[in-house]
Amino acid sequence: MVELSQELLQIAGLSLYVAASSTGIASLLGIPLGAFLALREEARGRRPALTIAKAIVFTLYGMPPVLAGLLVYILLSKEGPLGALGLLFTPGGMIFAQVLIVTPIVTGVAYSAVASVGRDVKEAARTLGARGWALAATVIVEARLGVITAIMVGFGRAISEVGAVLIVGGNIRGATRVLTTAIVLETGRGNFTEAIALGLILLAVAFGIFLVLYWVQQRGYR
Amino acid sequence: MTVSVRLRGVQKSFGAKRVLDGVDLAVEPQEVFALVGPSGAGKTTLLRIVAGLDGPDAGEVVVDGTANPRSSGLGREVGLVMQRPAVFRRTVFDNVAYGLHLQGLPEEEIDRRVSAALDRVGLRDARDAKAWTLSAGEAQRVCFARAAVLRPKLLLLDEFTANLDPANVSLLEGAVTAYHRETQATIVIVTHNLFQAKRVARRAGLLLGGKLVETADVETFFTNPRNERTRAFVRGEMPY
Ligand SMILES: Nc1ncnc2c1ncn2[C@@H]1O[C@H](COP(=O)(O)OP(=O)(O)O)[C@@H](O)[C@H]1O
Ligand SMILES: [Mg+2]
Repeated sequence: MVELSQELLQIAGLSLYVAASSTGIASLLGIPLGAFLALREEARGRRPALTIAKAIVFTLYGMPPVLAGLLVYILLSKEGPLGALGLLFTPGGMIFAQVLIVTPIVTGVAYSAVASVGRDVKEAARTLGARGWALAATVIVEARLGVITAIMVGFGRAISEVGAVLIVGGNIRGATRVLTTAIVLETGRGNFTEAIALGLILLAVAFGIFLVLYWVQQRGYR
Repeated sequence: MTVSVRLRGVQKSFGAKRVLDGVDLAVEPQEVFALVGPSGAGKTTLLRIVAGLDGPDAGEVVVDGTANPRSSGLGREVGLVMQRPAVFRRTVFDNVAYGLHLQGLPEEEIDRRVSAALDRVGLRDARDAKAWTLSAGEAQRVCFARAAVLRPKLLLLDEFTANLDPANVSLLEGAVTAYHRETQATIVIVTHNLFQAKRVARRAGLLLGGKLVETADVETFFTNPRNERTRAFVRGEMPY
């Protein structure tokens, strides 16, 4: 029983670690990218290049995780171009795959949030001397309600994702087994009670992260 | 600290509509200049071009000896207060400190300058208030303080007291006059309130039909203008 709960703790911890890392990296990429797309569009109008970039982002919303997993599997496999990194069947490889899945979502939601900040506010920042990154940072802070929603949605996708982590991680006990892949395993074995317990733990982890993000989001906003 | 503004043949169209059709304007250093004209005459468009927020389609804009400034001086040399107050979703203090932070000034200097700027617009006690909860008049005072705290040599005010109650109008006009007295900055104030133009400015000009019809010192402009259309405008006979 003690052993079991320790393994459980390790699985939940790895779930949290993989989802938080991939969401963190995806946010570092996606939030500036979303802000860039929104600010560019506003400054220069709807150029074809911007429309194509947006089309790619929104299309990747619908990327099946198993497909992302397969692509990353090929990339990371021994003969693949990134095989030398030795990331296949490691948490690092799982994070890699999830970044691919989560970044478009964070980008898209951040784009919408930044685009919805009033033009007058953006111009006010410019008239006070903000340019480039300072301007983008200001607008991101103004849009923090939606930008943090982008992080929440991204984390939700990451922690609940199973296809990519299963393919790239391999569901190796004590190494790459996470809550979702453990649920699949237990369900397959007919251990429904365990599967449901794991599911509840997953929800509890998601709820904890939501509370933290919600606190940050609402601080000094209302 | 002297900045002049020179516009020559400035044109600007939106789609097929030519809003500015060859505007010539000279604002002298340290002058307070009122730009008046009916709604839709292109006053905002002109001010945005002077500020460098937009570029002209044709013609030349020279601010402080620099041609077609393209917003390079915004925030340091040139300040702009817009008609609708657009505050950041931050505290009043953080709004006014915004431009100073961008300049990377030390915290104590920022604190001192922001406090002084808030005092001047009667917002000393609102320093920790959330700016987005303020009344329109208070929010516009934040916007004025936010621009003035940067000590721009050229201050552009776009109908910045329109829709405000008399107490706020008078407070803001007082703040403009005080700013001018302290800094000798060049000020261009766009207004459709002719009384405001008289109270605040030394010279005035009428923008109409895409052109600057007439400029004169306020006394002449309001009592004895040369141009027929200026005469009609200041008498309130112009339909708009
Ligand atoms: N960004 C824009 N796009 C299209 N039309 C515009 C734009 N800005 C201003 N206009 C038009 O230009 C004219 C002048 O506007 P504006 O400069 O705001 O006038 P004013 O400030 O004197 O009331 C108006 O007819 C307005 O509709
Ligand atoms: Mg206007």
